[in-house]
Amino acid sequence: MRTSLRKSVAFAALALVTAGSVARAEGEIKIGEINSYSALPAFTEPYRKGWQLAIDEINAAGGVNGKKLVVISKDDAGKPAEAVTAANELVSREGVALIAGTFFSHIGLAVADFAKQKQVFFMAAEPLTDAMVWSKGNEYTFRLRPSNYMQAAMLAEEAAKLPAKRWATVAPNYEYGQSAVAVFKELLSKARPDVEWVEEQWPPQGKIDAGAVTQALLAAKPDAILNVTFGADLVKFVREGNTRGLFKDRAVVSFLTGEPEYLDPLKDETPKGWIVTGYPWYDIKTPEHDAFLKAYQAKFNDYPRLGSIVGYGTMKAIAAILAKAGSTDTDKLIAAAKGVEVDTPFGKIVFRATDHQSTLGAFVGKTDVRDGKGVMVDSVYRDGADYLPSEEEVKHLRPQG
Amino acid sequence: MEFFVVQFLTGLASAASLFLVASGLSIIFGVTRIVNFAHGAFYMLGAYVAYTLTERFEGFFGFWGGILLAALVVAAIGALLEIVLLRRIYRAPELFQLLATFGVTLMVQDLVVMIWGPEDLVGPRAPGLRGAVDILGLAVPTYDLFLIVLGPLVLGALWILFHRTRWGVLVRAATQDRDMVAALGVNQTWLFTSVFALGIFLAGLGGALQIPRNAVTHLMDLSIIVEVFVVVVIGGLGSVLGAFIAAVLVSELNAFGILVFPKISIVLVFLVMACVLIVRPWGLLGRPEGPARQPAGLSIRPWHPMSPNQRLLMLALVVVAGFVPLVAGNYVLTVLAEIAVFALFAASLHFLMTVGGLASFGHAAYFGLGAYGAAFATTMFGAPMVASLLLGPLLGVAGAILFGWFCVRLSGVYFAMLTLAFAQIAWSIAFQWVEVTGGDNGILGVWPASWASSPAAFYWLALAVSVAGIAALRVLVFSPFGYALRATRDSALRSEAIGIDRARVQWAAFIIAGTFAGIAGALFAFLKGSVFPDNLAIPMSVDGLVMVLLGGIETVSGAVVGAVVYKALAIWLVSQTDLSKLVLGAVIVLLVVAFPKGIVGFAEDLMARRRARTDDGGAALAAPAKAAPAAPGSGAAPIAAPKMEAAR
Repeated sequence: MRTSLRKSVAFAALALVTAGSVARAEGEIKIGEINSYSALPAFTEPYRKGWQLAIDEINAAGGVNGKKLVVISKDDAGKPAEAVTAANELVSREGVALIAGTFFSHIGLAVADFAKQKQVFFMAAEPLTDAMVWSKGNEYTFRLRPSNYMQAAMLAEEAAKLPAKRWATVAPNYEYGQSAVAVFKELLSKARPDVEWVEEQWPPQGKIDAGAVTQALLAAKPDAILNVTFGADLVKFVREGNTRGLFKDRAVVSFLTGEPEYLDPLKDETPKGWIVTGYPWYDIKTPEHDAFLKAYQAKFNDYPRLGSIVGYGTMKAIAAILAKAGSTDTDKLIAAAKGVEVDTPFGKIVFRATDHQSTLGAFVGKTDVRDGKGVMVDSVYRDGADYLPSEEEVKHLRPQG
Repeated sequence: MEFFVVQFLTGLASAASLFLVASGLSIIFGVTRIVNFAHGAFYMLGAYVAYTLTERFEGFFGFWGGILLAALVVAAIGALLEIVLLRRIYRAPELFQLLATFGVTLMVQDLVVMIWGPEDLVGPRAPGLRGAVDILGLAVPTYDLFLIVLGPLVLGALWILFHRTRWGVLVRAATQDRDMVAALGVNQTWLFTSVFALGIFLAGLGGALQIPRNAVTHLMDLSIIVEVFVVVVIGGLGSVLGAFIAAVLVSELNAFGILVFPKISIVLVFLVMACVLIVRPWGLLGRPEGPARQPAGLSIRPWHPMSPNQRLLMLALVVVAGFVPLVAGNYVLTVLAEIAVFALFAASLHFLMTVGGLASFGHAAYFGLGAYGAAFATTMFGAPMVASLLLGPLLGVAGAILFGWFCVRLSGVYFAMLTLAFAQIAWSIAFQWVEVTGGDNGILGVWPASWASSPAAFYWLALAVSVAGIAALRVLVFSPFGYALRATRDSALRSEAIGIDRARVQWAAFIIAGTFAGIAGALFAFLKGSVFPDNLAIPMSVDGLVMVLLGGIETVSGAVVGAVVYKALAIWLVSQTDLSKLVLGAVIVLLVVAFPKGIVGFAEDLMARRRARTDDGGAALAAPAKAAPAAPGSGAAPIAAPKMEAAR
């Protein structure tokens, strides 16, 4: 270690940076964590609470392999370049055993590529892109959250049961929206060859001209609509759609809209009867989830969002992998992570050995309004394992070698 | 047919929302010449305050009173900002106010999250205007009709204000010729404050009126600021009617454009702006500005090449920097390499802005193109790193040759906005052309060759390239070409009269700046290992501007210092706190007030003053007393000081 020498570095700001570094303490395992805390606090705050709860529980139970888990958390300011800087700081300076986190797909991919280059284990928490584990998958990267493909498969299954034949789509114009629509179209057309795709709208993320988009969709006279917009775009779209009668007598299938992060802001304007994926924390009655819910509410005096589940699950998965590996050696971590079983509030999940995707699932249900709030009703948990292509099929999706 | 009528009305409603915000920006710019980057922040504040007020006071009067009150509250905050902050820096070099308002924007982004929480807020619908009206068998929201009426009403009210009141006459006079208005004894201090407050009132009103149709989020400001600026420029700076026409044009083109090209929205406004500016260099209703009265160069110390002693000092600094890997750890070295890359990027922009007097708002385009060039060379053609570093910047050069040819026909803010338009067009190509660029998921696996993969080796590489680049730019400044370029900056008319081909010289400068930015971008690609559209997006261009302004726009190489300070601070803050924007914004605001000529400009003033004290004969070279910031409330005409023509 050259810590004492480093103080002589002339740049004052950088000297301050290094001043925070401490020698690695015995009896603890350092985990590096990166997420878009300042750029997307609405999603990353519940996520942070989730992993904090998990770490508390793990350490209260004696840690992993007799060592306490310590998380060093960094903000990436919503930029891939900053995320790589943060990952580098965690790995080079803090000497963490592995890195975890990220929300945006492109940031997740940048960190995954960093992990591959620096040969560090990376547990991607929230990025949805299929490229993460398939076309740009690598040996060092595992992913927790149900992917774009899985969500599309769950929704396409429900959509196929509808009588609707003429479909229109509206999705944010970037990779997430594009691949969500592409997979949904492919799967629905396979199940229902009679389906016609009559209109597509691609508003820029965060800048939807909702009136014009709604009117364009109306003009195509579809029987059903696939929606992939979320956040503020979703609010504008729902408001225009409600006022202009777009959703009257039309089925709507919508990605992620049942997650409290997206559903709660809509309040009494929540459209009824949309088929959505999401997280109805108020209606899940399993012992695993009850225990999680109780502990979460006791600690934070707030209800969990889907991000809380992802954050909690991320650290639980890391603990399980560390325990199974019995070491912090990267190769052993990778070997241990393949096929590792993890208990989550949604039940037991497995990280698949071929593509490193977890089998965490999602709830599929319908939107409704209860006491002036948007809720999901008739929700059913869909196990992620049932909506992934077989391990044989995904082999050729990943880069070889 | 019915559909087209309704779609037209929908477009008009969007135009009205856009116009409200754009008109305020246009008025502020017309009079004060401030590029008010914080306009979006006030729009957002208007929405947040209106949300709070309308949630508290329900009912008809509660809602409409809340909307109006919110706009007034925001206007008051705006006036306060003008009095406390902007008044101090009117005398600073042009565009410096941009830096101050940028700092404010950063702070507001974090503050609204701290005050109102991170989640999206959905305000109440407007009482009385909740539903829809049946027009030709299609439902049109009543609120849209209200906005369609409101837009022209505000336009009319502004017309009456400007043409039928004494205050309005003064505002129009100041828009046309500020120096003359000042010379006639008008108290500009309060004129500026009131104009700023009116502009902010319109921004706040625009934001408040969004709550029945939009969600209130902490990202609202970014989603509108660039768009309204584009609208203002298309319309012609300072022309409220122009802003209205431009808002209608942009909104209608979007409403109908998405029917044919559903993905057009992402780039539409910039395409429109590029087309309009190429055909009409001053916007639809703007007027060409008269030639500058005050020759630049009088207010600043003449530039000198470095003395032998200074050269030795620089050499010593570089040598010291070269030995840093002996003491610093890997992380610090990687950060230093990043700072070196940005120093080169900032220096290239600084060359264009300071020597050429051409402020670019889209310089990231050439940085990003260089990065993509390097990534293509590596991943598509399997070129080794050195070849990629040489080939990559060529893409940036090509971009600069193409875009520069159009841009140098314009001047001032129109030039800046055309560079922005081209940068956004380049960005949208990188974003949309998924097959080639990977879209927003970028290109991965652009890592350095093994000999340069250790942090120390890459640091040395970045340092060497960066130092060589900055030195080359300095040599250019004091070359005949540099003098010719400065001549075009100081007086376009005189330089052309003595036979300098202004457009060609500026085009060459544009290409040179683009080349060095491309080199920095190629290095950046290998530093990060991946390339994303972010690399040529607006925030990257803004970062470059901030570094240049922070360093000092009247200096020869201030940008290098600006880059080191800004980048080191930003990286450190992001690593240390989730409130990095708040702290960074506050630091920028403080620096702006403390060093209105930039950090290096301030240091040079200090040294010149000391030299003047020791050497009587040097008095002529000393910084003029007016370099000190104006005392608040002094009532002095803020614009009377001579300025560089950086943004003319």
